[in-house]
Amino acid sequence: MSKKVLIIGAGVAGLEASGVLSKLGYNVTIVEESDRIGGKLNRWSHLFPSRRPASEVLEHLQLNLDPNTVIITNSKITDIAVKDTSIEASLNTGKHIDADAVLISTGFELFDAKKKEEYGYQIYENVITSADLEKIFKEGKELTTSKGKAPKRIGIIHCVGSRDEKVGNTYCSKVCCVTGVKQAIEIKEHLSSCEVFNFYMDLRMYDRHFEDLYQEAQVKHHVQFIRGRLSEAFENPDGTVMVKVEDTLLGKPMKMNLDLVVLLVGMTAGNNSLFKKQLRLETGTDKFLVPADEHFKSVSSKQKGVFFAGACTGPKTIENTITEARAAALEIAGYLKN
Amino acid sequence: MPDFGYKISKDRQINFDENSKNLFAEVAMREPSVYRCISCGTCAATCSAAQFTSYSLRKMILLLKRGEDKEVITSVSRCMLCGKCQLACPMGVNTRNLILSIQNAIKKLSHV
Repeated sequence: MSKKVLIIGAGVAGLEASGVLSKLGYNVTIVEESDRIGGKLNRWSHLFPSRRPASEVLEHLQLNLDPNTVIITNSKITDIAVKDTSIEASLNTGKHIDADAVLISTGFELFDAKKKEEYGYQIYENVITSADLEKIFKEGKELTTSKGKAPKRIGIIHCVGSRDEKVGNTYCSKVCCVTGVKQAIEIKEHLSSCEVFNFYMDLRMYDRHFEDLYQEAQVKHHVQFIRGRLSEAFENPDGTVMVKVEDTLLGKPMKMNLDLVVLLVGMTAGNNSLFKKQLRLETGTDKFLVPADEHFKSVSSKQKGVFFAGACTGPKTIENTITEARAAALEIAGYLKN
Repeated sequence: MPDFGYKISKDRQINFDENSKNLFAEVAMREPSVYRCISCGTCAATCSAAQFTSYSLRKMILLLKRGEDKEVITSVSRCMLCGKCQLACPMGVNTRNLILSIQNAIKKLSHV
């Protein structure tokens, strides 16, 4: 009888690992908290840097799923234990699952922009998040101000909830900079006469094609990049938002009115308390799970038979998540063979 | 004006909404490679004028974009058009023509 693998979370990491594990001959069960598979990929319109439709990637992941894979949605793990060489898990539905190995692919949560109260999310009418903007694009809606008018000037604010000791997240979320550049271009393609400003501290264009996207934003779309972190935002009586930043490359304070403000929300760790308590897994000061070795066991935990893939061990792009999911599948296969 | 022993400081804040961006638009039309600038400062580091004055092409481009034209006008004449910045620029900005374009655009918009 072939061995069984339990995957927790049916996002990008869970689905990709599932496909590979099935091909290697293992029986896979995926437990998913929400009512559908695909995780946050369901919420994005187009992906950086190639601007491939998110639906296309999701379709690909679904095609790779083995028809015999058991997918249990709307379910949460309530208890999990490693017993000798097996894993035993209970779900909130009363169901029990036995497995020989478990893959944690629970991903991340989006930073709650309300915590940055000074930016006015859900206080000012014309402040939205990058996730809200993705939703507008995905639903094919028109991008308007709260009063239904076409915005003439939009500001995109980088590092909201990232690199911010005050909110408890000192790390970089890695995907927001390039998302901000991508969304700036998308805004310009929808509303060519709209002025778009990106307020940043550094532009972290580290991956392949990211820098090209940044140049495209400047040269083709005349997006303006202003180095300076948003310090204050006020709502004017007409609903526009007055922002104050320092243009740190000029060493001068600056103010301007914006019709719409987009907050680039970062990644925060999911709730790992069950894994910490019952599997004795460690989390870092950033609250993400810690792998057994940062170089050589990046998809393994310190607990026997428990593996990681994706953003549960820290902010990651979708490409890196897929690579990690494949690595985790192979690591699990190696573990189950011995 | 009697001397009261103190003076009122001028507002340093850039008021983006009130600043006209016509000069930048005119310059960008004449030398579109200005959009390639990534504010790295290579130009200013190699600049002979910058060694002795506060002149900086990097800053001048930003001042133009923000509509701080007055500073641009007082600053641009410091350039001696030696062209070293053009050799140094990693983004291929035609800096020499950019500076000439700024000078000509200022004349055209009779800022002088």
